Amino acid sequence: MNPFSSGTRLRDMIRAIRACKTAAEERAVVRKECAAIRAAISENDQDYRHRNLAKLMFIHMLGYPTHFGQMECLKLIASSGFPEKRIGYLGLMLLLDERQEVLMLVTNSLKQDLNHSNQYIIGLALCALGNICSAEMARDLAPEVERLLQFRDPNIRKKAALCSIRIIKKVPDLAENFINPAASLLREKHHGVLITGVQLCTDLCKVSSEALEYFREKCTDGLVKTLRDMANSPYAPEYDVAGITDPFLHIRLLKLMRILGQGDADASDCMNDILAQVATKIESNKNAGNAILYECVGTIMGIEDNGGLRVLAVNILGRFLSNRDNNIRYVALNMLMKAMTVDSQAVQRHRATILECVKDSDASIRKKALDLVYLLVNESNVKPLTKDLIEYLETSDQDFKGVLTDKICSLVEKFSPEKIWYIDQMLKVLSEAGNFVKDEVWHALIVVISNASDLHGYSVRALYRAFQTSTEQESLVRVAVWCIGEYGDMLINNIGMLDIEEPITVTYSDAVDAVEVAIKRHTSDITTKAMALIALLKLSSRFPSCSERIKDIILQNKQSFVLELQQRSIEFNCILQKHQNIRAALVERMPVLDEATFSGRRAGSLPTSVSTSTGTGHSLPNGIAKPAAAPVTDLLDLSSDDAPAPSSSGVDFLQDLLGVDLSPASAPQSTSRPPKGSADVLLDLLSIGASPPAQSNSSASDMLSSIQDNTAPLANLNGLLSLSPLSANATSPASPAPVMDLLDGFGSSPQKKAENGPAYPSLVAYESSSLRMSFNFSKQPGNPQTTLIQATFTNLSPNVYNDFLFQAAVPKFLQLHLDSASSNILPANGSISQSMKVTNSQHGKKSLVMRIRIAYKINDKDVLEEGQVNNFPRDL
Amino acid sequence: MSVIHFVLLISRQGKVRLTKWYSTYSKKERTKVIRELSGVILTRGPKLCNFVEWRGLKVVYKRYASLYFCMCIDPDGNELEILEIIHHYVEVLDRYFGSVCELDLIYNFHKAYYILDEILISGEFQEPSKRSIVRSVAAQDSLVETAKEQTGSISNILAQAAK
Repeated sequence: MNPFSSGTRLRDMIRAIRACKTAAEERAVVRKECAAIRAAISENDQDYRHRNLAKLMFIHMLGYPTHFGQMECLKLIASSGFPEKRIGYLGLMLLLDERQEVLMLVTNSLKQDLNHSNQYIIGLALCALGNICSAEMARDLAPEVERLLQFRDPNIRKKAALCSIRIIKKVPDLAENFINPAASLLREKHHGVLITGVQLCTDLCKVSSEALEYFREKCTDGLVKTLRDMANSPYAPEYDVAGITDPFLHIRLLKLMRILGQGDADASDCMNDILAQVATKIESNKNAGNAILYECVGTIMGIEDNGGLRVLAVNILGRFLSNRDNNIRYVALNMLMKAMTVDSQAVQRHRATILECVKDSDASIRKKALDLVYLLVNESNVKPLTKDLIEYLETSDQDFKGVLTDKICSLVEKFSPEKIWYIDQMLKVLSEAGNFVKDEVWHALIVVISNASDLHGYSVRALYRAFQTSTEQESLVRVAVWCIGEYGDMLINNIGMLDIEEPITVTYSDAVDAVEVAIKRHTSDITTKAMALIALLKLSSRFPSCSERIKDIILQNKQSFVLELQQRSIEFNCILQKHQNIRAALVERMPVLDEATFSGRRAGSLPTSVSTSTGTGHSLPNGIAKPAAAPVTDLLDLSSDDAPAPSSSGVDFLQDLLGVDLSPASAPQSTSRPPKGSADVLLDLLSIGASPPAQSNSSASDMLSSIQDNTAPLANLNGLLSLSPLSANATSPASPAPVMDLLDGFGSSPQKKAENGPAYPSLVAYESSSLRMSFNFSKQPGNPQTTLIQATFTNLSPNVYNDFLFQAAVPKFLQLHLDSASSNILPANGSISQSMKVTNSQHGKKSLVMRIRIAYKINDKDVLEEGQVNNFPRDL
Repeated sequence: MSVIHFVLLISRQGKVRLTKWYSTYSKKERTKVIRELSGVILTRGPKLCNFVEWRGLKVVYKRYASLYFCMCIDPDGNELEILEIIHHYVEVLDRYFGSVCELDLIYNFHKAYYILDEILISGEFQEPSKRSIVRSVAAQDSLVETAKEQTGSISNILAQAAK
């Protein structure tokens, strides 16, 4: 016998691992054990198979790879003895999950064990099936499970019931087979069977409306009676938890009743009495009782309206809210959020208490309370609530400030009754937590100020004051600097004074001082400094008396290590010295920024609104790209791969703000541009008057890269380097891929086909009554395996599609890279585009094929379209 | 898709003592989930509530001696009930092992799984009676013992026959 194969006992191995002082020691022990187990596996050792598997499970828990043991599980399950099967099934559940193909091999063993004469072996099989069954297994084994619902031993019946839940969730079509057996479980006396039976009925109702109707009609009375009997039952030690008989069953009954009562007045009526009894009789001094009350409140809120009951429910929540136990307060807040949709007036009554919870020491409660406050705000109470929240901003934890700031900003934007109030509140937030304010928020503030011509003076003075007291808040500094640059004259001369204002005396040099502070703050990042330089240039024309001093400050950046600043400094200096005649025209006030464009763009580029909890993220199936932000990120991806891309609206906005238009369509024109003179570049940069969209030029690219890379000057240089070939390439006949990617993101690129070797006809890849998807193809020269596909989605209906998401899957010989779509909103009769890159490893042998799935929402209703694209041109 | 997406037992030092996944998570995701959650939960103060909102889901946790019992549920699940289920599990462990401690769960981790399998299947609650759970696990244990004795005696016979 191999000296390793018997090995150590499980207990000895665990002891050896626990005795390890370092991670390296532990790895060594695990390696030795794994080697022994592998050896045993290859010798097909039978005696120690279950011990080896147990060891593997422990090793698995420590996070080491154990895939080589998967087949051992199957062998153990296939053996005849109970001990082997027991450990085999445990290993199966622990080491495998439903996606592994090995699992298909176990179906046969499962089937045999479900028909075994030993009920414990049936139990093992049911448990394993319930935990890992896939859709295929569900189809194969459903008849066995269905039969076991009537097995003589209740322990098997309850396991079969839970197993059925998994089966109908995997294959909803099978639901109808389970309706009758499930209904008969509701008449059981055994609590385990009853609990699992009720649960099975609940899940049947969720997947089948037929089941819902059936249970509503046949079982409502029975369920009410069961609940009543239990509520009135004497002490039952077997099921007692803190003086209450079986809270688990209570809760499940209440849950099922909620589903049956929803949308059905008769069924709801049936339940009123017992719900009232539960709500009033259950003791609320222990967690078990509160759990039932909590569920009961949910049911009362969920079923059809009965005024008296609702009052009772909201009162229970009020009591919860003032409870000292944090858990209880948390669930109260949670439930009040749901109650908002039912009876917002009742929730408003608890506003003061809820507001207190925002200041709780427990982060979970604070967050929940803030979410709730956010829902509570309306036009009539926005002012006091915002005031409270902003006051709290001063004292709140650093970790909480971000969320709080977000919510306040969102509230102020959403409900602001007048512009001056909006500006005031935003100023307070910026001064208090400017570093937490998102870019698009301060961008929006600038847009609003720009549009409120009667408030220009007021805003600049208020910002100046705020800036004097808090220079540490980045976004406050930026807005202040921008306003001083634009409206500096109003600051000095107290133009446009409002009655509420106190006049202030600011001299020319005070205003320049402020900007100088901003540029010299060592915490200022490149965006702030660049904005300050522009502000100075503007002031130089407005404050002729300070012009020399301004020139000095600008010149101080001549040697900046940041290329962007250095360039601006030199170019601006050039304007000041050589172009006095055009300076005044150059630095005129910005034209009013268009609010509609900005907000439209913002809405389009923000994937989700402010709502906080959406349960996606981790559950995306493999091989399918995630929904992503917006097209501009494509642009930025060129310069750095893993740096977090800034929100696209920010970039768009800064283009607007600085008047730089990097419209890709203009890229090919760049040959026609006259030799680069500094004044020209600046003309572009500052967008004088109503000049036509500026041509793409390297400065504009700099702007983009500098915005993104502002944290790392070196990265910025890299960004520049990688972007600069771009303008050169755009003119050359054979445009390489990056540029095409760039253009793809924006749709119109008429020259593309001509430039790209053989042209492939575009095709309609998918069409339904509501949606058409067409593909345009192009190849990168020298890389025949890779095809760039530009997908265009056209909405054929009069409805807007929200949360539009295109997903695609390809067979293994293909590799797919999906870029983000140009928008996640598909307007009625409009279209959006998305580009992708497919690499065909079998180029010339196999043609492309793709399975697609398109999800979107019409009026908040989910729509899913699926299909397969087989009509790709052959030689792609 | 399940009521309970997963169950984790984590020691105060961040060591994983038990993991049970009822919803589908890849191996990579599992590691990430464990790392993220132990970071969040182990650092929370003692008086705070037992719920953490995490990636659009909710994690209900409770500390018993040196072990944190965590269960992850949908945002609309009943958190208080999950606390009861955790307590139920702990009480059954206690009955089965006789005042259970962390070491019991380390050396008999498979037993901890067997017991959990009698309480939850597919993330759904199975049995409210602690007595019935302990009885069922004990009955299966004795089946294993009997089988061992039998193979023991068979190998004895074989060994003697070989002499």
